[in-house]
Amino acid sequence: MIGIIDYGMGNLFSVSCALDRLGVEWFISDDPEKLQNAKGLILPGVGSFKDAMALLDRQELTRFIQDYAKSGKPLLGICLGMQLLFEESEENGPSKGLALLPGRVVRFSGTDRNGESYKVPHMGWNRLKFTNRSELQNGLEQDYVYFVHSFYVETDDKTVITASAEYGVEVPAVVGRGSVYGMQFHPEKSGGMGMALLENYLELVEGKV
Amino acid sequence: MDSMLTKRIIPCLDVKEGRVVKGVQFVSLRDAGDPVELAAFYDKEGADELVFLDISASHEGRQTMVDVVMAVAASLAIPFTVGGGIHSLEDMKRILRAGADKVSLNTAAVLRPELINEGAGYFGSQCIVIAIDAKYDETIGTWRVYTHGGRKPTERDVITWAKEAVERGAGEILLTSMDCDGEKSGFNVDLTKAVSEAVTVPVIASGGAGNAMHFEDAFKEGKADAALAASIFHYKETSVKEVKSFLKQQGVVVR
Repeated sequence: MIGIIDYGMGNLFSVSCALDRLGVEWFISDDPEKLQNAKGLILPGVGSFKDAMALLDRQELTRFIQDYAKSGKPLLGICLGMQLLFEESEENGPSKGLALLPGRVVRFSGTDRNGESYKVPHMGWNRLKFTNRSELQNGLEQDYVYFVHSFYVETDDKTVITASAEYGVEVPAVVGRGSVYGMQFHPEKSGGMGMALLENYLELVEGKV
Repeated sequence: MDSMLTKRIIPCLDVKEGRVVKGVQFVSLRDAGDPVELAAFYDKEGADELVFLDISASHEGRQTMVDVVMAVAASLAIPFTVGGGIHSLEDMKRILRAGADKVSLNTAAVLRPELINEGAGYFGSQCIVIAIDAKYDETIGTWRVYTHGGRKPTERDVITWAKEAVERGAGEILLTSMDCDGEKSGFNVDLTKAVSEAVTVPVIASGGAGNAMHFEDAFKEGKADAALAASIFHYKETSVKEVKSFLKQQGVVVR
């Protein structure tokens, strides 16, 4: 059973619809005791980093997610949920993240290295470039996925990035280390490619039991 | 800029009392009025997003739209926007919680611009699309904003309004040229370019698509980030697939 973490800031419905289409069982909960029993977790998220961390703290989910991940059970963060896996963010003033992966979350500057301006948010279909091996990318070809975000992850440790997309900067798109994974785009809105990536995560969750 | 971000092609479906209207001509469909079946068709064709415009006049029709949104969200793996009849934060909540990715606001935002701040503050800018109906006005030498489905002229000019909407938190502009709408002689490239260069968020060109070349113009000259069309897709004058393969040949990045 997949547990979807409900802390009040995610498009839970779309994620659960995608899991339904893939024929897996899931439940939505904000209760650490219930979530503890999940074979794998999904941390969705839309909105601001600071608000999200405040909600996770208030519901005593911060510590729980950190412990769950350290126990080696799989965790997948999606969009803001992926950003929360990192150490800190500059969104609405600095705030601490879950610190499961090394790096920080910064805003797109809107100007690329040649001084050319570009639109923020990064919204639409962008091509994934596989940069490192990941179970999530098993058997898949580099393809387009759907992004909507104004902040991205900056990290000195490139080994956590397994796929990236080009948008003024190299945007980490699929990340992972150990049993902690993240996708900056919305797999549940990314057509066949998104569903295939999610399916790989679900297979990996099943395999861990 | 270095990017593989694609230009998006967006079919638009008009829904009335829960049914797609404007006589979509698909012999292959069991029920050409079923929004879910049509959505699945366009998804398979390679549409990057969909827009549903609720043109129901009744309260019951609006309620039905929520069911339509839920059914579409359950079956569709690409993003979709719902517009029409959204006047309050409560309306936005109803539609977004039913599974839509974005809502588009038109008249309601012009009448009460704070609605944009409220929506963006609650759901984030990425959920808030501002739809602008624009018509050129010689007396002021620029485009004027119209509301109420294009029936009512306002005192606002399009560029200023687009900028204000973005400052208030709009994440995208859906820009319809009333001068070009229905003419099938191409998107309004000048208008699209003017707005796209004035704002920092993506702009969807709408109104006037007649063939695949028009899309190329909208992207290359109009600097649009996405382009929307209805009848040419519904009446099979061209298909999303055809448009995309043409754009690819012309060096436009599409999915």
